[in-house]
This record gives sequence, structure tokens and C-alpha cells, in this order.
Amino acid sequence: MKVAFKVNGVQRHVDMAPLARLLDALRGPLGLAGAKEGCGEGECGTCAVLLDGVPVNSCLVPIGQCDGREVVSVEGLGAIGHLSPLQACMAEHGGAQCGICTPGMLIAAEALLRRNSDPTAHDVRTAIAGNLCRCTGYERIVQSILHAAYELRSSDKGAAE
Amino acid sequence: MVDAKKARETREPVVGENVVRVDGAAKVTGGARYVDDIPPMPGELHGATVRSRVPRGILRAIAFDPSFDWSDVTVVTAKDVPDNVVQLIVDDQPVLAAERINHMYEPVVLLACSDKAKLARAYAAVTLDIEPLPAVFDMEESLAAETVIWGEANVQNRYLITKGAADTDESEAAIDVAIAACEVVVRGSYSTHHQEQLYIEPNGMIAWWDEAGAHATGSLQCPFYVHKAFKRCFHLEPEQIHITQAVTGGGFGGKEEYPSLIALHAALLAKKSGRPVRIIYDRVEDIEATTKRHPSRSWIESGCDRDGTLRALKMRVMMDAGAYVTLSPVVLSRGVLHAGGCYRWADVRIEGIGVATNTPPNGAFRGFGAPQTIWAIERHLDAVARQLGLDAGELKVRNMLVEGDTTSTSQTLRGSVGGTECVERAFEASDYLARRRAGPSVLGRKARGLGCAVFMHGGGFTGSGERMLKGKVAVDLLAGGRLEIRSGSTDIGQGTETVFAQIAADAAGIPFEHVSVAVPSTTHVPDSGPTVASRTVMVVGAIVERAAKELAARVEASRRPGETFAAAGDRLLAKEGPQSALVQYEPPAWVNWDDKKYKGDAYPVYAWMCDVAEVEVDLDTFEVKVLNFWSAADVGKAIHPLMCKGQLEGGSLQAIGWALSEEVVWKAGAIVNPRMTNYIIPTALDAPPFETFLVEAPYEHGPSGGAKGIGELPMDGGAPAVAAAVEHATGLIINHLPLTPERLFAAWLNSEAAQ
Ligand code: FES
Ligand code: FES
Repeated sequence: MKVAFKVNGVQRHVDMAPLARLLDALRGPLGLAGAKEGCGEGECGTCAVLLDGVPVNSCLVPIGQCDGREVVSVEGLGAIGHLSPLQACMAEHGGAQCGICTPGMLIAAEALLRRNSDPTAHDVRTAIAGNLCRCTGYERIVQSILHAAYELRSSDKGAAE
Repeated sequence: MVDAKKARETREPVVGENVVRVDGAAKVTGGARYVDDIPPMPGELHGATVRSRVPRGILRAIAFDPSFDWSDVTVVTAKDVPDNVVQLIVDDQPVLAAERINHMYEPVVLLACSDKAKLARAYAAVTLDIEPLPAVFDMEESLAAETVIWGEANVQNRYLITKGAADTDESEAAIDVAIAACEVVVRGSYSTHHQEQLYIEPNGMIAWWDEAGAHATGSLQCPFYVHKAFKRCFHLEPEQIHITQAVTGGGFGGKEEYPSLIALHAALLAKKSGRPVRIIYDRVEDIEATTKRHPSRSWIESGCDRDGTLRALKMRVMMDAGAYVTLSPVVLSRGVLHAGGCYRWADVRIEGIGVATNTPPNGAFRGFGAPQTIWAIERHLDAVARQLGLDAGELKVRNMLVEGDTTSTSQTLRGSVGGTECVERAFEASDYLARRRAGPSVLGRKARGLGCAVFMHGGGFTGSGERMLKGKVAVDLLAGGRLEIRSGSTDIGQGTETVFAQIAADAAGIPFEHVSVAVPSTTHVPDSGPTVASRTVMVVGAIVERAAKELAARVEASRRPGETFAAAGDRLLAKEGPQSALVQYEPPAWVNWDDKKYKGDAYPVYAWMCDVAEVEVDLDTFEVKVLNFWSAADVGKAIHPLMCKGQLEGGSLQAIGWALSEEVVWKAGAIVNPRMTNYIIPTALDAPPFETFLVEAPYEHGPSGGAKGIGELPMDGGAPAVAAAVEHATGLIINHLPLTPERLFAAWLNSEAAQ
């Protein structure tokens, strides 16, 4: 099946069986290895991407459902030298140790910050509850995301004034 | 004119600063390449492993479905293995089972194919004919040796530690007398269960052969373990083996010894097929086949004065090694060395026994035997306090080792003993004493309580281990006054690269950005010893510091007045060719360890920690939630305080998971729950907020002003602190992990029945 969809702002095409996983499309023909496979069954969140702005586990999304839609993976958030504030905070405040959960965490956090610019620690924990991390104990991930929210708010305020 | 030397001296030191980790940008952009992110090599095949699926038996035959097209499938069996041993401590584990099957997930046949779907069909077309034999799954059954499954009587190892009265008489008589003479005697038994490391990146490896020899790259902690395993299995010369670490998504011990086996499997398939082969475990296979934390059982009898002064300790620890020895003797050794806890005992007898069972070999997991015995001793001290009518925290403080005291192995603590300060900080932050005195708070069906654990963990290899290991590090001078560190120590998330760069930058007096760390590849780096045992910063970091200093001094010696470090370095390189400093670790001369008597300086130094957990127990469902977790750790010197806290918190949460929700469920040797859906690790909502304090009691031989190893430390205290808090909240005494709602409910029924 031919699928045409936007990936990180760019129109892309793949030709795969309709039940092939979005995760395999990203990591295979699309060459985007940011999303990882930690479990392959919707439990760990390492494969998370935004699908039309909503965080989904790409290991559970058939590519056939992606036609005409818009996907954002961690690669779409920013790049080395142009880190988004969220990415920068994650690196600076101890949110990434081994880093394998980080792409999924960033996607979950990005989705949160897009709808809630002033989250509480509990909001953050709820938003990332589907993303497992075995390294950090989550404390520094939560702090990283709160820092990013604060920075984004400050820069928005700066822009508005 | 700027005085170059001055400029270097006024350069901001980076030790103690939270610099951005060197791999941070790659990890937040998806740019970091873990093994399965490496693009396929030309002609690459996928590999798969056919496993026994019988816990014990004799392999009679392997049948390959004749109707299946095997033409493009590579098949490897034991017959294809040049030397069928996984090189480690004892030669008992085969690379592929040839005849004997000793656990459910024993690898028997390897398959490789370029087409993943066909590989799955090939897997289904292999049938193993195994004649079952009676299997042993229980430690005590194994010790009874009615069915012999390993060696002569199933016992792999024994250790005995004695001190004081017990020194004169190795039987139990002397310690029994010492305990009987005490005013108060307390007895108890304690046990711990399996734990899966559950690094979020499953194990995986890619191997290939070329004219240079055998290559493997993948997710691993110890490249030189894999190197040694290849040397043995393929009878290769050291320079024909090239093992490289890929970015590794967590290890916690789970990628210490097991990757050797996967790498061997991939290399066997690669050799036979003549193509590169990639083996990536899926989660189920990873949980089923790879190593776990050793289950344990401990029996303790102790004597103390009525005022709570501890006197005599008798303890027996049994650990379940699983089907093969792997690293179990070392795990058991660490377990017994930490078994007396951080307390002062005059008379000690600690016995350790490691037995085999027909379960997959248990192996390295953060803490390495110590969390098991510290669970036992901390719960036991809670029992002593209960009997004396004292608060457990006060009892622990009263008996904690201080400088000049001797440990269970008769080691005199020579300094860097920050335990007391840790307790003060954690107790103060949590208001522990007042809240304990106030008793639990019960609101409707929710009861809240507080509990503590106090513990120390040795840094580096045990006793004479480091002396035998001779870990090495090289630092090279690069153009522009830059330094590159070459070491076999791997960054598996804990931040090794960053911390090494900090150590070297300050040692050499150059900017942090001017230090890089080479990819650990056995071809290019010296063997620094394995990345285990809380030794990377403390032991390897110390030689990184020396090597960087030595090299910088060489540049400095040739520096002309007014010349920059970079210019002097470049001139030195031009004049004298490549410059590098290779330094070998030497433990402090006073480290004196008797391996036969298990006596002396077990570790050069210990890191300390005090945890206080606050829990809420739902009295209807018996679910336990950890509401708060305060801890203070004596780390010697925090080179990167933020990452240091991150290590402590991550380790504490693993301990909390072990205590409350993580349980490997077995049925006749098979794991019933090999999935993330039913092997439950804590999520962000299950995790408490962590408040972590760093205490610095410098270790004189530690790098950068006295850093100590802390990687394993936090794994030791979470479980007993949580159990003590549950006891405070509910009165329920649980001495056997895990504290699942079912267990608590059973304990509650018992206590109700008792009333
Ligand atoms: S890989 Fe998709 S949720 Fe784990
Ligand atoms: S940083 Fe390793 S799993 Fe989260």
C-alpha cells in the first residue's frame, strides 16, 4: 500500500503492507531511528510520536492509518545546534541518562506543553506515565520538563511585551 | 600579554559543576545510535535463537522440517562451535547446548536469514527432541541434593566470615556461646526474590568477520569480557578480535556478562554464513533468557544488650545461582561482605552458600548480592528495635560504624566515613524522629508511616581484586592542546564520558571542551577492567586523573615562556611524535586482604547512605504508595552533583520497584510474565518525588578531591526503608520480598487471626 503523509513537516511516501507498523516505517524506509522499540506492545512509550499532534505509540499504529496525516518524531523537535528549549532542558537538567527513553519522553512532554504551558509536577507525571524510564527515577525528567515550561512561558511573555 | 599559565589557572574548574553531559545533544535529538539504530551492513542477516523450552533434560535430536526450504537459512548447532564454553569464572556454561539441558531457555540452535518473516518460519520448522529429567527449582531442595543437577552436590560456592569469638572456632559453637551470653537474643529469617534489570533497550549485537578477524558491536558494559569469550570460543589471537560498544540503553549489570553469549551467537552465524549477522532480542526473549538478580534466603540470630548495643551476629545466607556459575561466586561474596550491614559487631559468623537450580543463570545486577543481605540485616535491626521498644532509627544510629571501628571482616575504617552526617541530613529533612514518635497517621482507609534504612557499599573490586585486575587507561595528546581519554569503561547512561572529561580537564588544567573520550573498542583502548562494582569513577577515574596530569606535565615542561598550552602541545607533537600517558591502577598499599580467611580490607572505602521512605497503605486494597523519599549519600566528592543525584534516585526507584511491584513469576521453570505488561516497574506516577542530599567525606585516593563509587549504593536501601515504613503505617511485619498487596493481605489476615 502506498502511503503519503507528512513527517516532521516534510511530505514523505512509503510503500508497505497496510498493517506494517508506523514504527517500522520510521526506522526503516524513512531513516528516522529516533523512535525506539522497547517492548513492541504499547507498554513502554519509547516509540512515541505525535500523530496529528496527539502522542501515540508508533508500535501500535498500522501505517495504513497514516495516509494524509502528520507525524512528528523526536527528529522533528529540533536538531543538534538547534535544540528546542524542551530538548535543551532535558539535556541540561538530568532528564536523559542512557537516553533510550528520551525520544518518547520528549514527545509526551511536547504534547503536554502544547496544551498546558503551566503544568504542575503532577501534570507532568501524568503526561509521561506511559513512558517508562529505568535510569532516572523520573525526578530529573519531571524537573527538566518543568524547567522547559518555565522557559517557554518566559520567552512567550518576552515576545508579547 | 596574557600569561598562558595564568590563563590556565584562572580557567573555571569543572569538577563539582553540572556541565551539560557530552552525549546530551545526541540523546535528545534521536541522533544517538544504539545497536539497532546502526544501518544494516551489506548482505546482513537477522539471527534468531531456538531454546530448549524444557527445564532439564537430555537433548536427543534436532529435527529440521524437510518440507521447509532451508537453502537461504544459516543453521548453527553445538557441532559448529569451536570451543563450546562461555569464558567467565567456571567452564560450565556451553555457548550452545550439546547434550545436557539445564534450564528452560537454554540456547540450542541458531538460525539466520535475510528475510525476517522467513526466519520466523524457519524457527517454527525446528523441533528439539529432549528427554526430560527431574528438575530442581528451589534453593533448599537443591541444597538437600536428592537430585543432583550441578557438580557433586549442587553447591557452587561457600564463604565464611568470622570475627571475635568465632575466630577461634569455625563451627557454630563459639558464636552460639557468644550470642547466648547476650541480654537480648533476636532471631529471624528473611528472603528476597528475582529481579529483572529491565533496561529499556533490549540486548542486541551485530557481528561480522573479515581479514582482520572477528568483529562485534552492540549493547554492552564490558567489551573485554566479550573479547575474552571470543578468544576462548574461536581460539583467536587477541589482535584478531574487535569488540566495540554501541550507545547502550541501560545495563544495571544486565549487560555485564550476558552480551558475551549473544555476541558469540551472532559471530557463529556470521562465520558460517560469511555475512554480518544482527541479533536483537525482543522484550519477551530478553526477560526470559537473560540474567536476573539472585534470589536469597537469610537466617539471622543476634545478641545485644538491653540498651540496644549490638554484640554478636550469626548469619547464614543462601543464594540461587541458577543453572550455571556465571558470576555467582562474586555476587555471593559481595553479599556476605555486606551482610553485617554498617554496624559494629564484636563477634561475627557469616556463612554464604550458593546453590544451583534449573532456572536461567542469575547474574550481575546493581548491588551484586548486597541488596539481598542488606534487606536481611536492616529488617533484622527493625526486629531488634521492636523487641527492645526502641525506634529502629535510633538503634541503627547507636550502632553505626564510625572511623576507627572494625567491620565484620575486621577491617578498620580509616576515614571517609560519612554515615552519621547522612543520617542527620535524611532524618532532619524528613522529620523522621518526631514523626516516628507521633506514630502512623490513619485517615479513613489510608495509613501513612515512615521508615529508614542505613547502609554502606564498598567501592571497587573486593579485596585483592583490583590488584589482580590491573586496570589501565591511556590519555593521548591531540593537536590544539586537546586530550583524548582511551578507556575500556563504558558509558551506559551513568555519565562516565562526562565525568571522565571533567576529571581530566581539571587534572590537566584545560577547558572541559578540550577533552574527548574515545569509543570503547578493544582494538583501540586498554583494558580498564569491567564497568561494574561501583569502580568506574573511583578506580578508573583515579587513573584518568593521573594520566591527564602526567601528560599535561610533559607539555608544561616543554612550554616556552608566554606560549599557550595548545602551542606547546603542538610543538611537542611535531618534535617528538605521538604523546600519550598509559597509567595502571595500584590500590593503596595498605589494602590488606586475606582471601582464604575472608578477613581484612574488603574494600578500600565505602560510600554511605541513609534513606527515609514515607508510604501510604490502602487498608482495603493493601496497595502501597511511596509518597516521599528522602536520602542523603556520602559520595566522597560529587564531580557532577546533578548526575550523582540522578544515579542515586534511579537506583532508589529500582529498589522501590523490587520491594513493591516487580516479581518474576515462575511455573515449572518457565517465566509466566516475560512482558512489560505484567512485569511491573514503576511509572512516573508510581515514583515518589525524591529529595536527595549529597554529603562529601572525601576518600584520599579518589579522583578530583576524593570521589567514591556510588553506582550500586542506592539499590541497597529502598526495599528495607519501604518495608519499615509499611510496618510503621500498619504494624504488618514483612520479611520476605516483594511487598505485594497479596502478601500484605495475607500478613494482615494472620495478624487479625492472631488477635
Ligand atoms: S515499543 Fe511501542 S510502546 Fe514499547
Ligand atoms: S534514561 Fe535510561 S531509560 Fe530513561
